[in-house]
Amino acid sequence: MTTTAVPRKPWEKSPKDRARDFSFFIFAIAFSYAFVGVTQMKGKLAYAFVFFVAYGVIVSVFSYISRGAPAAKDAFVKTLVALGAVITLLPIASIIFTVIRRGLPGLKLNLFTQDMSLAAPTDPLTNGGVLHAITGTLTLVVLALVMSVPIGILTALYLTEIRGRFSGPIRFLVQAMSGVPSIVAGLFILSAVLYPIAKSYSALMGALALTILMIPTVARTSEEVLQLIPNDLREAGTALGGTQWRTVAMIVVPAARSGLLTAVILGIARIAGETAPLLLLTGGGDKVNPNPFNGSVGSLPYYIWKSFNAGSPESLTRAWAGLLVLMILVLLLFVLARALSTRKVSK
Amino acid sequence: MIQTPESEKEMSTPAQPSSLASVANAKPARTQPTQATGTGLEARGIHAWFGSNHVLADVNLEFAAGSVTALIGPSGCGKSTFIRTINRMHEFIPGAAMAGEVLLDGKDVYASGVDVTKIRLQIGMVFQKPNPFPSMTIGENVLSGLKLAQLKVENKDELLESCLVRAGLWNEVKDRLGAHGGSLSGGQQQRLCIARALAVSPQVLLMDEPCSALDPGSTLRIEETIRELSDTMTIVIVTHNMQQAARVSDYTAFFLSDGGPGQMIEVARTSEIFSQPKDQRTENYVTGRFG
Repeated sequence: MTTTAVPRKPWEKSPKDRARDFSFFIFAIAFSYAFVGVTQMKGKLAYAFVFFVAYGVIVSVFSYISRGAPAAKDAFVKTLVALGAVITLLPIASIIFTVIRRGLPGLKLNLFTQDMSLAAPTDPLTNGGVLHAITGTLTLVVLALVMSVPIGILTALYLTEIRGRFSGPIRFLVQAMSGVPSIVAGLFILSAVLYPIAKSYSALMGALALTILMIPTVARTSEEVLQLIPNDLREAGTALGGTQWRTVAMIVVPAARSGLLTAVILGIARIAGETAPLLLLTGGGDKVNPNPFNGSVGSLPYYIWKSFNAGSPESLTRAWAGLLVLMILVLLLFVLARALSTRKVSK
Repeated sequence: MIQTPESEKEMSTPAQPSSLASVANAKPARTQPTQATGTGLEARGIHAWFGSNHVLADVNLEFAAGSVTALIGPSGCGKSTFIRTINRMHEFIPGAAMAGEVLLDGKDVYASGVDVTKIRLQIGMVFQKPNPFPSMTIGENVLSGLKLAQLKVENKDELLESCLVRAGLWNEVKDRLGAHGGSLSGGQQQRLCIARALAVSPQVLLMDEPCSALDPGSTLRIEETIRELSDTMTIVIVTHNMQQAARVSDYTAFFLSDGGPGQMIEVARTSEIFSQPKDQRTENYVTGRFG
């Protein structure tokens, strides 16, 4: 006679426990409806607030009765932590939801094939598009990437690998730089480069300001990533007869590759929606500008700002559509970078 | 049951010296003449400091070509620091300083004008923790030294196989050379690190507690590898395991710190160190009375 062991999980909640927890949940919802109805409180937030308070109190009281004060505190703090997470998620979910709801009507095919050079703000949505803004934003991001990624990663390598005598001041300056307001970066390029040297709007001018904003993000994140690489690997590389440069290039940087790509993603996220310097430096043209070094160039943030200011119902829809496109673009860049960073080493 | 103190002492005193000595003697005798190249390695008057902290004082040791020398002693007595002065890894620690000479084939590795990367090619090192390069496959790991030092080899596949065979890993990995080094077990990773060190054909191999993170089975495999390698190269191994020192080494040096800088107390044939050490402190240590 053999007994077959049945796998079970005694540490999990029984159906009875589940039913009880669910009834607390339902009761808290019902209570919040009743409470908001009876009192003068109004709005969705009131429901949410009352619900959380009611749920926290019910669970705490139950825990106190069944298992004493420590369990009650535990249950109360759990509710508080869940509340914090929900409060964080609410605005994000709300933003995404609003942008999709209001942007979708403006999402027509011509949005991606036309620019605004031949369309007035009051034109129907079937006329004009954001092609100039998409190409402009991509140009700006690529130019800023080309300039800031090498500088940022080399700075991080100086701080983690060379550890020269200027490490302290440089680390401090990079941190201070990450606090520079974007409008200051814009004004700096305007007065130091655009007026005295370039004398015209261009994507390059905008990208220079974005570079100033992007370098600290890339440098600091890269530094943190490189510091996580165990010193063992550096020693092993050197002990095998590699110079410091060969060891860093062949072992340290490849080992940190996915982290460095994350640094680049964070840098892109920092600048993709940046508006203030672009208002000063790019001119915000309505036509696709194939020359990144000369002439007014559009960008998605600029387009959104311009469309909101135009004020007609059509242009407002255009602005929301532009927001949606910007969000999708940033999302695509994230996915692309993720895919690159997790790609298996070929061979 | 009551025992007299005398009889208790008799019973509890382990017969360790003689048993370790018998382990030391049980090694297969060196019948073949060694094929190791060079005239060996010599450390003369080595001192080491970290900042103002004097950690190693006046170590003089000769390592005959093709011999295995074990460095034993309690933690913090400067064994690892000593072997790191041999291949000039000591200088990577901020605040480090040293005195003395390390002669490889009669030439001081600290002489001015010496190319330090060439020294490290001739004196390879295996670390305490297995540290295969995570971004490389098993095959790439073995050959990484060639790329790092920009050396050219005629037949890479042959070298790859011979290094893995000598490290005792070939049969386990020959079908998955393209897999990542991290997919191996700890013992296999350490043998991969040994294969990696062999690929640049060093004449000396330093091993810093290479088995301290490994299980007994893997330890035994690596000890076999060490015995085989000593036909062609000089090996210096730091170990906390006296059984291991007795099993693998021809010579044993005992290091000790009495609160001040670490010193080399005694060096002799391994069988002598474990059977009739000259210094009382060595005897105390190898018989397990302290440390």
